[in-house]
Amino acid sequence: MNDTICAISTTLGVGAISIIRVSGKDAIEKVNNITNIDLTKKQSHTINYAYIKNNNEIIDEVLISVMKAPKTFTTEDTIEINCHGGIATTEKVLELLLNQEIRLAEPGEFTKRAFLNGRIDLTQSQSVQDLINTKSDKARALAINNLKGTTSNKIRSLRERLVKIITNIEVNIDYPEYQDIEEMTIEKIKNEIDNIESELESIIKNSENSKIITNGINVAIIGKPNVGKSSILNKLIEEEKAIVTNIPGTTRDVIEASFNLNGITLNLIDTAGIRETDDIVEKIGVEKSKKALDKADLVLLILNNNEKLTEEDKKLLEISKDKQRIIVVNKTDLEKKLDLNEENIVYTNTVEENGIESLLNKISEMYKLEQLETNDYYYVSNIQQLNKIKQTRRNIKDIKRGLEESIPIDMLEIDLREIWQTLGEVIGETYTEELLDNLFKNFCVGK
Amino acid sequence: MKYDIIVVGGGHAGCEAALASARLNNKTLLVTGNINNIADCPCNPSIGGSAKGIVVREIDALGGEMGINADKSLLQIKKLNTRKGPAVWSLRSQIDKVDYTINMIETIKNQENLDIKETFAEHLIIENSTVKGIITREKDEITAKAVILTTGTYLNSNILIGSTKKQEGPHGEKTELHLSKDLKELGFTIQRLKTGTPPRVKKDTIDFTKAKVERGSDVPLQFSFYEKSNFNINKQEDCHLIYTTPQTHKIINENLEKSAMYGGYVEGIGPRYCPSIEDKLVKFKDKERHQLFLEPESKYYDSIYIQGFSSSMPIDVQYKMVHSLPGLENCEILKYAYAIEYDAIDPTQLKRSLETKIIENLFTAGQINGTSGYEEAACQGLIASINANQKIKNKEPLILRRDEAYIGVLIDDLVTKGTEEPYRLLTSRAEYRLLLRDDNADLRLSEYGIEIGLIKDQKELIFKTKKEKIENLLKELEQTITPTKQINEILIESNIKPIQDKVSLHDLLKKPDVTVDKLNYFIKEKYPKEVKEEVEIMIKYEGYIKKQIEDAEKQKEYEDIKLSEEIDYKKVPNLALEAREKLNKIKPTSIGQAMRISGVNPSDISVLMIYLRSKHE
Repeated sequence: MNDTICAISTTLGVGAISIIRVSGKDAIEKVNNITNIDLTKKQSHTINYAYIKNNNEIIDEVLISVMKAPKTFTTEDTIEINCHGGIATTEKVLELLLNQEIRLAEPGEFTKRAFLNGRIDLTQSQSVQDLINTKSDKARALAINNLKGTTSNKIRSLRERLVKIITNIEVNIDYPEYQDIEEMTIEKIKNEIDNIESELESIIKNSENSKIITNGINVAIIGKPNVGKSSILNKLIEEEKAIVTNIPGTTRDVIEASFNLNGITLNLIDTAGIRETDDIVEKIGVEKSKKALDKADLVLLILNNNEKLTEEDKKLLEISKDKQRIIVVNKTDLEKKLDLNEENIVYTNTVEENGIESLLNKISEMYKLEQLETNDYYYVSNIQQLNKIKQTRRNIKDIKRGLEESIPIDMLEIDLREIWQTLGEVIGETYTEELLDNLFKNFCVGK
Repeated sequence: MKYDIIVVGGGHAGCEAALASARLNNKTLLVTGNINNIADCPCNPSIGGSAKGIVVREIDALGGEMGINADKSLLQIKKLNTRKGPAVWSLRSQIDKVDYTINMIETIKNQENLDIKETFAEHLIIENSTVKGIITREKDEITAKAVILTTGTYLNSNILIGSTKKQEGPHGEKTELHLSKDLKELGFTIQRLKTGTPPRVKKDTIDFTKAKVERGSDVPLQFSFYEKSNFNINKQEDCHLIYTTPQTHKIINENLEKSAMYGGYVEGIGPRYCPSIEDKLVKFKDKERHQLFLEPESKYYDSIYIQGFSSSMPIDVQYKMVHSLPGLENCEILKYAYAIEYDAIDPTQLKRSLETKIIENLFTAGQINGTSGYEEAACQGLIASINANQKIKNKEPLILRRDEAYIGVLIDDLVTKGTEEPYRLLTSRAEYRLLLRDDNADLRLSEYGIEIGLIKDQKELIFKTKKEKIENLLKELEQTITPTKQINEILIESNIKPIQDKVSLHDLLKKPDVTVDKLNYFIKEKYPKEVKEEVEIMIKYEGYIKKQIEDAEKQKEYEDIKLSEEIDYKKVPNLALEAREKLNKIKPTSIGQAMRISGVNPSDISVLMIYLRSKHE
């Protein structure tokens, strides 16, 4: 139970710093394996300048906080790594930690530990439970919903291939007297293991290269002046706790704010100066909107429910028609005067508490429907899922070593089963009787 | 009449229960419908098999009888899966059904503290939800501190052949009707299960030239760690392999609606791993032939068991089916295949000690708990008896964990998940099967046997000697050897590659072709074969074994967080509805067990742990 866990604790966005938290009895020792300084010799509650290294390659320049038990959030030995190199680098550091056999934390697990170890007051028990419930519900829902259909089919078919090998080995063990059942041998699975490995690697590679994972989706909010763009924007920022930044750059778009929606990073772009004054956003007209459109992956076109379509609205509809677009009909708290015949419409108001939920749902849904990314074929867009798939690398490594050392096939099967289970978690299939069902479905055995 | 423990039923569960109880100095009564049918094997003439063979070794390691009795009654024995790793090696024997029963009756009759009574237990005497004894068919009241029910298939059983249905047991005996009704009235959920058995044919009417011979092992093997078997390996009987023919398939397909199963005459649920030949044909339409084994039943009578040919067809169809098999064209059929359906209780109504949750001091074991198989029954009988003994002596029950024994896997599965079909042990049910090996059953379990009192005297001495020898050998193997000319010459002589660097014998042994015997030169003490084999397995697969031990230890932390029976899960805030219902039904004894209940999610477990902590404060 008190094994060592890690997770990226900051929201994935374009914040300058990401923090990875590690907690558990081997935290200091294991993180020490990937740094250039000796953390075990550092005093508790110190911040240390260091490099994160993968063998001799420097991955990131970081600050490492060493906090020894019991005066930490979880009351366990805790390390916090402040990474500076952006999302890709942070992910790389996390991967190095996972390779140290540090387990990826479950949703809410740090808080859970803090509670179980008596760090959090009992009066907070209810809120801790709520937190774990919502977080894990969300994670479960994500596992099932937030995966591209093609990718989950791919993983499903990998699992089917695995289960075929596994049940064949199982049936050989449990029914050795059946001479007309094919015997699975190491020679026979060698190729298949290579295939499975390369497919898993391609999912990992695609996911890492996927623009969505590394950069997020660029979202432009357009609409005529005073239609409620800034209210929508502020509502998004407020409800989704967006990190508001202003990074003018030569090579990058101007990203005003970004927030994480069910694991996808959304960057609000080219809506200049939202922090300075609401007026500026509202004054962005058709000309400026055109510019924003070019850089956007997704366009939110805001219309006023309380008003008939104006010429300007029609123009905006026309110029954005070839884009991934959601038409946001705002101000539903007012009388309906708008008459519109378009696809992908959502109705919002910024007055009520859940007034823009329809918009958030629509974005998630569009993402799921593969309308945003059509170039990458097999990838996962969720960090948790990606890391789970990365976990299978260790099993593959063990199997390959086993193959070389002529380890009996029934032992290699233990790792095959682990891969099969992990992939099941990625796509939300964890039915335990599946193996047995499959065995009796596909093999005719029994006295 | 007054006893400490009454065992109802003299099958494989009942025999273990009665013997263990008596050996633990309890005045014990074994009630059986027919003394001559004690330890009867109404289905296949075989003990052991994959996973099951390991269970027999576990029974032996705890001081049970099955392994010893099988060793005394062998017709053939072999080790399965020897081309695979040691974790899945398992003994399988053909036993002589007559010898098996005779030998067991003799052991039981010679056992002190143990009486046998030929009758039926019609009712239980219950006071304050505690069992106090039984009432026999003759209306005799017999009291006891604990009762163990091992009624097998005799609870309200029906024999089915085609559309005929007879209310009787496997040999046409009377079935027990009242007890099942009693149990239902006491609040037990009764489920109907089904199993079947194939036809028997006369040996000297079979033309064995049309069959492939299946021989036993050419080296001596035995189940028991503790009693030397006198079986002569050169006097084994052969089994034979044949296949169904297109004619067989034609007959079956044409008569499908006449079978008890497909004609809709059976209400019980049959096991998937014990399908009838009709099932096999329906489910696997494309399979051109099915494998069948001809197994000898006894040297005292001329009967052959056709393994793989279970059926619930009417007799006239069976007659044609059997005669369509190669070599059996002219055979004489001694007994036709039949299906049997019987009552069992829902095993989630049991504690992990096999005591029922509803009635105190009442234990159940074997088919009544929804399992199938002699070995599965025997191990439950042993555990139920050990725990009845512990209970009436106010001692802690013996609960074996999933990483300690297949027995632990079986009981945990039963009481945690229940079963909808007769439950059979399979290696795939064990998540720590590298730890649950055939070779180390004694090392895993005999300490418990000693503690409880079933492993003592000679057995205890044998166990302790073996353990000590293993430790000694491991110590000897710690020595390192250096790559001198002399050393390398010795190695080459033993067919081991010369070494380049200093290496310990332990590490050298990890190489595929190196054995303890090849390292003989460096080892001082003489060690018996089983010690050398044990040490080789421990060292050669060290990495994999270590990984499973670590996994098991992680899980054990959850097993060690106890859940009280008193918890009302309806009152635990934030639990999902399904989890609440399941937890209230199963009443798991630990967080670890709760995790295995289907429908209880990880977030429910978190919620439970938080709840436990807040209660604790």
